[in-house]
Amino acid sequence: MADALPAVLSGAALFILVVTAIALWRVLRSGIAAERMMAVQLLGTGGAAVLLLIGAATAAAAASDVALLLTLFAAFSCVAFALGSDGEGGDRASPEDRP
Amino acid sequence: MSMGLLADIATIVLVSAGALLFLAGALGLLRFPDSLSRLHAISKADNLGLGLIVLGLMPQAGSIAGGLKLVCVWLLAQLSAATASQLLARALQRDRTRP
Repeated sequence: MADALPAVLSGAALFILVVTAIALWRVLRSGIAAERMMAVQLLGTGGAAVLLLIGAATAAAAASDVALLLTLFAAFSCVAFALGSDGEGGDRASPEDRP
Repeated sequence: MSMGLLADIATIVLVSAGALLFLAGALGLLRFPDSLSRLHAISKADNLGLGLIVLGLMPQAGSIAGGLKLVCVWLLAQLSAATASQLLARALQRDRTRP
């Protein structure tokens, strides 16, 4: 059992990585700027989960520091998006990009 | 049954549940019709999944400081997801009301 645990954790990390990649591909295809920002949020949450799992599987404690930073950057980028688009709408995509 | 085995089983069960929630969030993202319901799927399912994974990795944390750092990742993700969802929903709403 003790030998199987790192394999299970790595498998879960791989699974979440694939699921996050599929969702990212779907969101990034959207033309709405706020939906692309949702992709950044997804990358923050899914990336943090993957990093924590890999850190636990390989006994690398520093991975949780990276997860913390990823979460922090996702939050900051979203606030910057909301502040930057203030007053001129959230949709910053070029006109030909719009659906 | 030893404590280590029990902790490993708890880890596997909780991490699997978290991975399934990531899958549910991605499915909602792929299938939901509009931006606001996709935002709903992304911000709730994924953060619950991250919470379950953090809870599952707690027994594997090597030290008390390591466990506390896991909780910090989860807390930061919760706070940033709540703020980011409000900001993104406001940007989407502004786009919708704009002519």
